[in-house]
Amino acid sequence: MNRILHMKKSTRSSLFTYTLVIVAYVVIQLLRAFREGGVGSVLEGQLVPICAYVTMALALNLVVGVSGELSLGHAGFMSIGAFAGCSVAAALQNTVTLDPLRLALSMVLGAVIAGFFGFLIGVPVLRLNGDYLAIVTLAFGEIIKSLVTNIYLGVDADGPQFSFLSNNNQLGEGGIELIRGPVGVTNSERIATFTAGFVLVLVALFIIFNLVNSRTGRAIMAARDNRIAAESVGISVTKYKMIAFVTSAALAGAAGTLYGCGQVTFTATKFDFNTSILILVFVVLGGLGNMWGSVIAAAALTILPEALRQFADYRMLVYAIVLILVMLATNNPTLWNFIARIREQRQEKKEGAK
Amino acid sequence: MSRIPKEPTKLVTVPSPNKIPERDIDKSPILECQHLGIDFGGLSAVKDFNMAIGRTEIAGLIGPNGAGKTTVFNLLTKVYQPTRGTILLDGVDTHNMNTVQVNKAGIARTFQNIRLFNNLTVEDNVKLGLHNHIGYGMWSGIFRLPSYWREEKVAHERAMELLSIFDMGYLAKYKAGSLPYGAQRKLEIVRALATNPSLLLLDEPAAGMNPSETAELMENIVKIRDTFGIAILLIEHDMSLVMGICEGIAVLNFGQIIAKGTPDEIKNDPVVIEAYLGKKKEA
Repeated sequence: MNRILHMKKSTRSSLFTYTLVIVAYVVIQLLRAFREGGVGSVLEGQLVPICAYVTMALALNLVVGVSGELSLGHAGFMSIGAFAGCSVAAALQNTVTLDPLRLALSMVLGAVIAGFFGFLIGVPVLRLNGDYLAIVTLAFGEIIKSLVTNIYLGVDADGPQFSFLSNNNQLGEGGIELIRGPVGVTNSERIATFTAGFVLVLVALFIIFNLVNSRTGRAIMAARDNRIAAESVGISVTKYKMIAFVTSAALAGAAGTLYGCGQVTFTATKFDFNTSILILVFVVLGGLGNMWGSVIAAAALTILPEALRQFADYRMLVYAIVLILVMLATNNPTLWNFIARIREQRQEKKEGAK
Repeated sequence: MSRIPKEPTKLVTVPSPNKIPERDIDKSPILECQHLGIDFGGLSAVKDFNMAIGRTEIAGLIGPNGAGKTTVFNLLTKVYQPTRGTILLDGVDTHNMNTVQVNKAGIARTFQNIRLFNNLTVEDNVKLGLHNHIGYGMWSGIFRLPSYWREEKVAHERAMELLSIFDMGYLAKYKAGSLPYGAQRKLEIVRALATNPSLLLLDEPAAGMNPSETAELMENIVKIRDTFGIAILLIEHDMSLVMGICEGIAVLNFGQIIAKGTPDEIKNDPVVIEAYLGKKKEA
């Protein structure tokens, strides 16, 4: 106990986050194994998306919280990861028969491709000083959505076939249609499991915590705190903003693959501007730079709309109200004081009754 | 090695002897500015700025407000690219360098309005100064390879050693932004020193300090020069500090050097007195 108390604050915070994620996983797995009805059909269906969104929130927190840049198109990287990863997973169906291995390979590829796109965007934008990244990523998210909606991709014995705008692919016998334009991916085999999602979240935490608490992470935060001072001590601001952004894009790509491979079918419109903003809401609600906050916020806000189904038409209204209240509560010292005062009064009453 | 050539300066009225201290006489200067100038639109903020600084010299740059002193620092560190002229750092032309490269080449600075990494700890601020001397990369950091542990340990020890110059070791775990003003100024100097410069630029290091703090700072500046064997160029309005420790002084007014010399020469130079106090009325 003493050792934990004397730890560096950052170490304690990361230890807490790992513990939080592992305990949540163990509890959910125990419930699924021993309780009748498991964790409930609503939550059961949301387990993989929750893991994907938690990873997305962690990835975006690296950009927004740690490197201090705003990205409004992170769903675009998720989209790239989802379509690229799931296409690879489907194409490798007969070559790599072990599901977890195939998923891992797809995720790595999804991450690499999304990371590459992150690099392409970062090269011109991260040289500039200002909110340009927000504008460019916003456009990027929309462009990716429009592009992917028009992609037709298939694979058969002769290799992959690709066409744009209209479906001109002539697949031979045994060919698999990977992406079918506006209909999206239709024959995903759902190889993503809750355990795979749990591992991805752990990997994301491992990468982010170790990156932040190293020489590279220090430089990223220095570039955020004071660009001019960072350059004056020989730190290339562009380079370190780029490292943060590309790492984040790659993690978002892996999260996209996880998400896609957990769905029977999904389209490009799933990863639109609203999704980007939703992930930003997770990050802001959880606290900028606060990783365990992102984990909790992403998990809670992914379940919430499902839990609010009983409100039927008023579901999103109630969701918005809950969101506003939570934001006010977590950022309001007056409210915290008020709660503390009420507690004290109750305590006094109890003691008085005795 | 030849002696430092005397710079052609148009406005110097007092022929000043070499302002390079004796011990640096036979060495090439660490910094040499030749006809340096910058225009902002139609305004020449700095004009025909010539200066040489010896390898272990403490030099001062003084002048009334708005004379262009900080602009000179920004030119030396390439925050601005000069419109005209040459900057030679240890004989190397810094023409195509940017701020980061200039720092790697050996110029470190502090800022008039303090620029620390406020959300990071004091120790991390110093480690950021050491950044380019910590020998492990991103992947070693992510996977916590042996080089990470080894280099971080060395960096920690070095950071604490540097902080001990100003007896600031006990503040290592605090956030830089939470330090009192004087400590922040000192931390900026430590961070600049951590980059292992050969020339240290101090922009008003004594601003906001009381007389006893200033006296302590003077001792420390001399101590830094003696320990690290580096040259220091400082901008300062506190004349007790400038006259107390500077071996050579240049006076800037309206972007031009109007006088150069030793503290005693500058004190009695009528051109300098005029620049600061105005012209005496003819009786």
